[in-house]
Amino acid sequence: MEKFTTLTGIAAPLPMVNVDTDMIIPKQYLKTIKRTGLGKALFAEMRYKPDGKLDFAFILNRMPFKDAKILIAGANFGCGSSREHAPWALLDFGIRAIIAPSFADIFFNNCLKNGMLPIVMGERDVQEMTREAQDGKEFTIDLERRRVIRPNGAPVPFPIDDFGRHCLLNGLDDIGLTLEKTADIDKFEDEQRKTQPWLYSAPKAEAAAPAAAAPAAS
Amino acid sequence: MSDPRTLFEKIWDSHVVHTAADGTTTLYIDRHLVHEVTSPQAFEGLRLAGRKVRRPEATLAVADHNVPTTNRAAGIADPESRTQVETLEHNTSEFGIEYFSMADIRQGIVHIVGPEQGMTQPGMTIVCGDSHTSTHGAFGALAFGIGTSEVEHVLATQTLVQKKPKSMRVTIEGMIGPGVTAKDIVLAVIGKIGTAGGTGYVIEYAGRAIRELSMEGRMTICNMSIEAGARAGLIAPDEKTIAYLKGRPMAPKGAAFEAAAAYWRTLPSDFDATYEREVVIRAADIAPQVTWGTSPEEVVAITGRVPDPANERDPQRRAKLQRSLDYMGLKAGTAMTDIAIDRVFIGSCTNARIEDLRAAAVIVKGKHVAPTVQAMVVPGSGLVKQQAEKEGLSKIFTDAGFEWREPGCSMCLAMNADRLQPGERCASTSNRNFEGRQGRGGRTHLLSPAMAAAAAITGRLADVRLFKA
Repeated sequence: MEKFTTLTGIAAPLPMVNVDTDMIIPKQYLKTIKRTGLGKALFAEMRYKPDGKLDFAFILNRMPFKDAKILIAGANFGCGSSREHAPWALLDFGIRAIIAPSFADIFFNNCLKNGMLPIVMGERDVQEMTREAQDGKEFTIDLERRRVIRPNGAPVPFPIDDFGRHCLLNGLDDIGLTLEKTADIDKFEDEQRKTQPWLYSAPKAEAAAPAAAAPAAS
Repeated sequence: MSDPRTLFEKIWDSHVVHTAADGTTTLYIDRHLVHEVTSPQAFEGLRLAGRKVRRPEATLAVADHNVPTTNRAAGIADPESRTQVETLEHNTSEFGIEYFSMADIRQGIVHIVGPEQGMTQPGMTIVCGDSHTSTHGAFGALAFGIGTSEVEHVLATQTLVQKKPKSMRVTIEGMIGPGVTAKDIVLAVIGKIGTAGGTGYVIEYAGRAIRELSMEGRMTICNMSIEAGARAGLIAPDEKTIAYLKGRPMAPKGAAFEAAAAYWRTLPSDFDATYEREVVIRAADIAPQVTWGTSPEEVVAITGRVPDPANERDPQRRAKLQRSLDYMGLKAGTAMTDIAIDRVFIGSCTNARIEDLRAAAVIVKGKHVAPTVQAMVVPGSGLVKQQAEKEGLSKIFTDAGFEWREPGCSMCLAMNADRLQPGERCASTSNRNFEGRQGRGGRTHLLSPAMAAAAAITGRLADVRLFKA
């Protein structure tokens, strides 16, 4: 995973609440077996007209925002499905940080796994930054010091937990970190095997499962 | 004496492998469900890193999002969909994971298959690369959706790195009235707390109306917890839960079942346990619900009207309401029962179990789908389909002019060939009414199976309580 330390770039304002994962990447683009190349699908139904041409009314199709590295959005960003294709599409487009008053849980976690930073900020700060972003000026995000530096130079602090920050700053693969705890996992399983043995001797599914699908007619 | 604990806390505590100083927890995962859309990159990641699947026997895979619901003898026509399903087949065979193929009677929507097979059990932690994994909480299992990186993490380590969510109790007091179903309860809950109301929380549903629900109704409730933003939904296991599991293929057998059941009975929240947030709704206040907009929180009673954005003070929210109205092609103030529909979809992990099909069939029996409406039923699994055919439900549907399809996710998210055309309006038993969800420009109204059936017959949204069965 690529490290995230500081990021300086243009921020695209998208002042909409409840931007869902179907909007971020519609399902017809989920048929891939790769993580890459999804940038073209980002916000496809808003970015492209039905005839496939770019819709220049949409912010990310306009200069300078088509080079945005940051997105400033409304509350509950990323709600809906668990598709990691949503952060993959943002990342492939060039966006590595999203600032919003709140995020959906799964989307938030998915960002962190991809070297992307979701930043939670108060409604008022987000509104001010949304206005500032309209001018296409650059913002800087300093993860080390947990703050966003606005175009006017004003720093705004943001919260992030230690573990998430540590992994981002160092570009750590958390599977590798967890595998260092293999002895703990072994121990957990040995213990659980004693207290809940049925979890370890579960009968395999049977080929011709009987009418278990249905309780008796009510 | 230990402190009183909630059901959630009991499950959480019994799955902690390690907790760091900042509260980051390595949580053990008992069961993992896998489907074709969110897993290929995870298996590829394992291969690239030379890692193995830690417990293949704790994992079950099934293709559901991409599968055709029409004649399957021809295979999957769309080459990308076919590649994704074939990739799942290949990956599960390489890593030794059980896989229900399209030809298997047990194939179906992953969240219908897990409970049906008895894989889902109380007290477990269960994950899947799918947000509707919350469904399994109906059994008192802590079940939540994860992204593909986390799918890979679980495959490699059988654990996840998590922050402990907060807990909320939603109590539905008293009994629901006739014509009101689990779907209406959960839509009413989402309407009350909002689509981000549960963010950061695990919701435990309680109260008489919940206890009285069947296991299938409870699954409908927990399924849509994610539409309120919740990490998971939970319902305390009881004798109904235990009876449902007994004899299921993957449930424990004999003495092991009795030992398991004894453990399951210890799981319900202690009576004096506390929650960080409490919400109470009177069941008697819940009428059949239907969404009017493009977020599940944009919901009203069928007796209601399309709301007016002018009444919303927050400018961003007002803009969202106006955008929803425009997308849905509706005018503020329109009575919900005046809205004509073009399509009806009865299916999805929310409402494609046998009881859902029975509830719809009761309304449909002896009637005919309105001439302006195209209607389809997509059973949740091969076993549900088989059971419905045995009970004669499929004949009731086809006699009435419904299409009777093969199991899968189908038009809930329109990844396969089943989708709305731009501007088409659909009464749907699924879980999301997002823009473009059922096809670009398609307009979705979420409702219960009985309400969907009534809409199919009348050609417009209708109050099932006034409907003569």
